[in-house]
Amino acid sequence: MTNKQKKTRARILAALALLAAALVWDRAAAPGVWVRLALYAAPYLVVGYDVVGRAWVNLRHAQAFDESLLMTVATVAAFAIGEYPEAAAVMLFYQIGELFQGVAVGRARASIGAMLEIAPETARVETEDGEEEVEPDEVPVGSVIVVRAGERVALDGTVLSGESWLDTSALTGEAAPRRVAAGDAIYSGCVNGEGTLRVRTTRAYEDSTVARVLDLVENASEKKARLEQFITRFARVYTPAVTVAAALLALVPPLVLGQGFGGWIRRACVFLIVSCPCALVISVPLGFFGGIGAASRIGVLVKGGNFLEAIADCGVMVFDKTGTLTRGTFSVTGTFPADGVDERTLLCAAAHAEASASHPIARSIVDAYGGAPDRARVTDVSELAGCGICARWDGEELLAGNERLMARRGVAYTPCRESGTVVYVARGGTYLGCLVVADTLKDGAAEAIRDLKAAGVKRTVLLSGDRADAARAAGDALGIDEVHAELLPADKVARLEELLARGERTAFVGDGINDAPSLMRADVGVAMGSLGSDAAIEAADIVLMDDDVRKLAATVRLGRRTMRIVRENVVFALAVKFAVLLLGALGCATMWLAVFADVGVTVLAVLNAMRCLRDRTA
Amino acid sequence: MKKIFKCEVDCAVCAQKIQDAVAALDGVEEVSVNFMTQKLTLTAPDDRFDAVLDAAVKKAKQIEPDFALLR
Repeated sequence: MTNKQKKTRARILAALALLAAALVWDRAAAPGVWVRLALYAAPYLVVGYDVVGRAWVNLRHAQAFDESLLMTVATVAAFAIGEYPEAAAVMLFYQIGELFQGVAVGRARASIGAMLEIAPETARVETEDGEEEVEPDEVPVGSVIVVRAGERVALDGTVLSGESWLDTSALTGEAAPRRVAAGDAIYSGCVNGEGTLRVRTTRAYEDSTVARVLDLVENASEKKARLEQFITRFARVYTPAVTVAAALLALVPPLVLGQGFGGWIRRACVFLIVSCPCALVISVPLGFFGGIGAASRIGVLVKGGNFLEAIADCGVMVFDKTGTLTRGTFSVTGTFPADGVDERTLLCAAAHAEASASHPIARSIVDAYGGAPDRARVTDVSELAGCGICARWDGEELLAGNERLMARRGVAYTPCRESGTVVYVARGGTYLGCLVVADTLKDGAAEAIRDLKAAGVKRTVLLSGDRADAARAAGDALGIDEVHAELLPADKVARLEELLARGERTAFVGDGINDAPSLMRADVGVAMGSLGSDAAIEAADIVLMDDDVRKLAATVRLGRRTMRIVRENVVFALAVKFAVLLLGALGCATMWLAVFADVGVTVLAVLNAMRCLRDRTA
Repeated sequence: MKKIFKCEVDCAVCAQKIQDAVAALDGVEEVSVNFMTQKLTLTAPDDRFDAVLDAAVKKAKQIEPDFALLR
């Protein structure tokens, strides 16, 4: 509780005591009118003097329809018609409600804030005479900082010396620690697990990962969801409309029907109290804020309430292949030795042929072999452009390459129809077999697609620049509904536009490197963050910090849940308010009920909105 | 120039009203008052920034006496 809130609490307690005393005295002694007025005015003023004061200021600046003005008019009117206890009680309950609301919102803000407390407070800079602790934003690029065990990495950089593991959970929501050693890039916001690391900074604080993530989440509530915009507009009309209705209610029936003013003014007071829009206006953004906060806890950055809304009712999800559903790195996915050749011999020969090449396919073959090829045994290596490699291995001719190479050297090979890049291997003119090298699917990619279906995404589409057979194979393995292959980036946008034209909300999921246009064109663009990739974080609306596509379904569910909670709030608040308005107009609602309809609903809505944040199951 | 300030604002409706009123001030290119994060973001021309900020705070206090900007 802030000091201001503590003061309000003290005033509320004092007013409660005064009101209780007034009620007892009133009942027991039946005092005169002026004594009664003084008795009830005391708690009223103790608890509500600031509301009355604010109302007066607002009135002078012609700021009509302010909450304090509405409350003041309603309570003063209640005094005027002799409803002293109610007038004092209404003000008291109004303040109690405001206090609750203030505390609840403060708590919500604090718990979201705590989650975002990934900002390092100081950086330990290495200088000529020892170490110096400075503010992270004062450290120039290229400085050397020292990060001890348990400390947060303040700036992005490269490890100079030391070895440790990093807890990246604040950024990625992933508990698994990451090992780092000299030469590795590390990102600010991670916590150093054990050893001391010396790091050369590569970015200034404001460009570092942690600063960008914080900036993004804090500004997320600026981008308003449609529902939120609707509520803001609605509140602008609602309050004046109800106020005008209150005025009519107080004046028209007595004048037209010739009844007494008292009863109708009472009904008008109910209207005035109910006309405050706060429950609506606060609970909607708070819900979205909570949802965005919950998402950031699982390592998903959502750049605005509108995107959470968009992903919640996304019917079609379009995927890029390489780097999104696949790892984007090659590995040997199949070995097909010729008759009478064992697999090990084939791999050994292939690895020796590729030992000195550096391209990804060669690397993957050496990796698959496992051992270190003995390069001394390989001589006369020459690369035949567009065909493969030709070398001598222990003096014998060694060939590794495509069908063309085999055909040109007259090797009798067996054509292989697997999808991927096929490398045929022959030694001394004898065919040994072939290896298939392909980009492999990410762990959990198939699970992610299944999960999305379960979460309610109707259709999944794969757009790939890759060859048709490779794309089709990936699509089939993952259970994707529709596959389009051999697309240039511009074709991808065109395909995406066709899908958008079908009228379903469409999300595009890409690795953010070459699909910026598609990310922007889709209703909601989801990029792989790859910890620190600027392009992805810029272009996308939602960023998966650790590239784990399984988080997509969780995000969809989280979005749905947030929308449901926010809608509940809107419907609940409106229903209660309209019900009380109706009862009030008929003369059935007391002012006590009206106060509940205002602040009670606000508090309930705030508490409900907090559930968005608490969700850990998604 | 765009600057972000911490501020104190008591209710969501107040924040909205302050934002609307400040946006209408001369020299204010863009303004947002965020109740959730308690932040005011102001965009104004570099050479008049301080004057515009002062005017914005004055306007805000007029609407909500409880408003405070922490600089």
